[in-house]
Amino acid sequence: MMHNLINKRDLPLFLGFIVVVLLAPIIMNPLGAGYPDLLQKFAIFGIFAIGFNILFGLTGYLSFGHAAFLGVGSYTAVWTFKLLTMNVVPAIFLSTLMGGLFALLIGVVSLRRSGIYFSILTLAFAQMAYNLAYSVLTPITNGETGLQLRLHDPRYLDNFLTSSVETSLPSTTFFGLSMSGFSGFYFCAVILIICFYVSLRIFRSPFGVMLRAVKSNQERMSYTGLNTRPYTLAAFVISGMFAGLAGGLMAVTDPLAGAERMQWTVGGEVVLMTILGGAGTLIGPVLGAVTIKYFENIFSSLNDNILMGFFSFMPEPLQHAATAVAGLFVGEGWHLTLGALFVIIVVFLPGGLMEGLSRIGKLFRRGGGGDGKKDAAAKFATPAE
Amino acid sequence: MKKLSVNRRTVLKGTTAAAAGLAMPTFFHSKAYAANFTNAPTGGSVTLGFNVPQTGAYADEGGDELRAYKLAVKHLNGEGDGGMLNTIKPLSLKGNGILGKKVAYVTGDTQTKSDAARASAKRMIEKDGALMITGGSSSGVAIATQGLCQEAGVIFMAGLTHSNDTTGKDKKRNGFRHFFNAYMSGAALAPVLKKNYGADRNAYHLTADYTWGWTQEESIKNSTEAIGWNTVNAVRTPLGAGDFSQYITPVLNSGADVLILNHYGKDMINSLTQAVQFGLRDKVVNGKDFTIVVPLYSRLMAQGAGKNVKGIFGSTNWHWSLQDAGSKAFVKSFGQEYGFPPSQAAHTCYVQTIMYADACERAGTFNPCGVVEALEGHKFDGAGNGATEYRADDHQCFKDVLVVKGNENPTSQFDILEVVEVTPRSQVEYDPKIFGGNLGACNAGKA
Repeated sequence: MMHNLINKRDLPLFLGFIVVVLLAPIIMNPLGAGYPDLLQKFAIFGIFAIGFNILFGLTGYLSFGHAAFLGVGSYTAVWTFKLLTMNVVPAIFLSTLMGGLFALLIGVVSLRRSGIYFSILTLAFAQMAYNLAYSVLTPITNGETGLQLRLHDPRYLDNFLTSSVETSLPSTTFFGLSMSGFSGFYFCAVILIICFYVSLRIFRSPFGVMLRAVKSNQERMSYTGLNTRPYTLAAFVISGMFAGLAGGLMAVTDPLAGAERMQWTVGGEVVLMTILGGAGTLIGPVLGAVTIKYFENIFSSLNDNILMGFFSFMPEPLQHAATAVAGLFVGEGWHLTLGALFVIIVVFLPGGLMEGLSRIGKLFRRGGGGDGKKDAAAKFATPAE
Repeated sequence: MKKLSVNRRTVLKGTTAAAAGLAMPTFFHSKAYAANFTNAPTGGSVTLGFNVPQTGAYADEGGDELRAYKLAVKHLNGEGDGGMLNTIKPLSLKGNGILGKKVAYVTGDTQTKSDAARASAKRMIEKDGALMITGGSSSGVAIATQGLCQEAGVIFMAGLTHSNDTTGKDKKRNGFRHFFNAYMSGAALAPVLKKNYGADRNAYHLTADYTWGWTQEESIKNSTEAIGWNTVNAVRTPLGAGDFSQYITPVLNSGADVLILNHYGKDMINSLTQAVQFGLRDKVVNGKDFTIVVPLYSRLMAQGAGKNVKGIFGSTNWHWSLQDAGSKAFVKSFGQEYGFPPSQAAHTCYVQTIMYADACERAGTFNPCGVVEALEGHKFDGAGNGATEYRADDHQCFKDVLVVKGNENPTSQFDILEVVEVTPRSQVEYDPKIFGGNLGACNAGKA
């Protein structure tokens, strides 16, 4: 029965993924990242990147506008909390739906063009969405301050079912399970695993093959009489739904939606995550998301005090020198480190971190890895290039 | 930036402080408040979270805030010359940390984005065990972080945030603000404007199109109309517009004779520079010299606008040229540490940190509810603004407000603003009910 649900070859990969995700709090602890908020971010941006990878990794359509869907998902979820219920199920359902709906609207227009024109169109839509949310639609989005929950929100469904009067702000729950802290992470983790499975199935399906064909040569497909638009639009909407879901989860773990979630830099970030991890690979985007969020949260928090402690084994003048040099790359300089890492990866490992991992893997398996490099390149040429 | 070095001496001091803290009888610091609250400190140190913009449009201000925080930590731990610890009255701090525990700190980058700020604050609370979060150089970020701290059960001491909303409709029981707000700017500026420009003026507003801009526009409009001015038009400009020429050209033909710029940061530098370049200030409209007003001034911004600020009125929370004992002590120790005078952002952050520490010391506990009780209605003096009070009704500080003017003859690159008038507290006070909002209950979080 199992082979109907999953390809036998993918089973170890999938099981491995589940184990790593569920053990993340323990695995990430030595790295200083084992606290709930960051783990939640890992899972949420993992979902965002997995969805983006279905569009970019498979069809090669580079969208800079996915931040808009993330934002739409967040706003939808917060409004669901305000109007309906603090239970997260309707919020997640509706935010996914709204993400898909917006993706459909933007996709129908943007997908009339391909290549750089498509990218610019999506970028323009995202910028429009951002500006609308930031100022024009303030009654809906609460503008710069961001949409927050209030004590006297209607919450019709909750108030219909119970008549208790709250004295403090209610928190989001999954049938009573609190959505902050580690329970919030595990909720996101389960959804991440489901999303990973969906992505795996798409990759292995005839639909996925079709999408890869679009990437390799769209013109040739058109000449054979095949209309590619429905396929690309479907991929665009699916990735928009993933983004809406990720946005909804952000609001689930922290019920606030701000306009900057729609800013093009967020859309650029998910592009970086996907490329950094390995576009077109299954695990790569998640790996990229984790790497970037780790840098953003941990590297930016290192200050000179911590560095001095780190270099305390050195004699004092050397300690000061080392701190001064390293200080450029942490704290407010974390962007610099990330940029450098990105350049190194793109130049030396065009297949992203996944290519690096597989090269290391080959090295160990072959005991020296004379032709490992060629194999790795060949393997990654299929999905990524 | 000067490095805080950890050497044998500081370690010894810390250990002594820790030992003292442990030796202290338990009844001394638990009084009426339970010991189980978010991040209750167990070791010999207590961690504060400094969450400031280190990248983005307000990075300059964030940098200055961080410098002030580090200085405050030094003074709390009894290092350096003590700064305002010697001038604030009353003060329970002894220069041995807070409640005998050495003060440690963690830093984070808000990127001037609510999401990043909340992620960073959560890291401080969940991972680093911070008991108090402070910082912010924009009202949106401050309000978002304040909401988070309320939910998590830690204290939020707002940094530079000027919107009425922070202690108005978005006020929270666990949050406090020392900085003044847009309402106070308007109330302080109006009489000075009347004295200098007369009661018969036509004002044209250019307003940054977001929460802070709107509250400031509203406040300035109300107070200038109260002195008899007429508002010709109020135009919203997108944040970070860069080029304001299309907004400034219509001002010339509108019949207005005063331009009010509700802008901050780089927007203010650009709009003011362009308005001056367009020759607005050389015009004569309705038989009067055309003038420009910048309601919220910051020295760091004025530095960016260069000589264009000469003679332009505005308000500010504090200025380094003040001659009271508190300001002098602070400017001296900040100058010795970093080699230049502090900004108003640095001042408000420094004072907030000291007042938090003092509140813990007076309450005898780090429990947020105890700290809230100690801060509510607390009156102090000697922190550079004269007599100051954390009003219990909305957690807003009430104190004198400075009206400043761009210096005509600056003597140094820091001597850009000149204090025209110190508006007394009574003139800028208002009824807490006018902005709505609800403080709610204090939240000490969970163990």
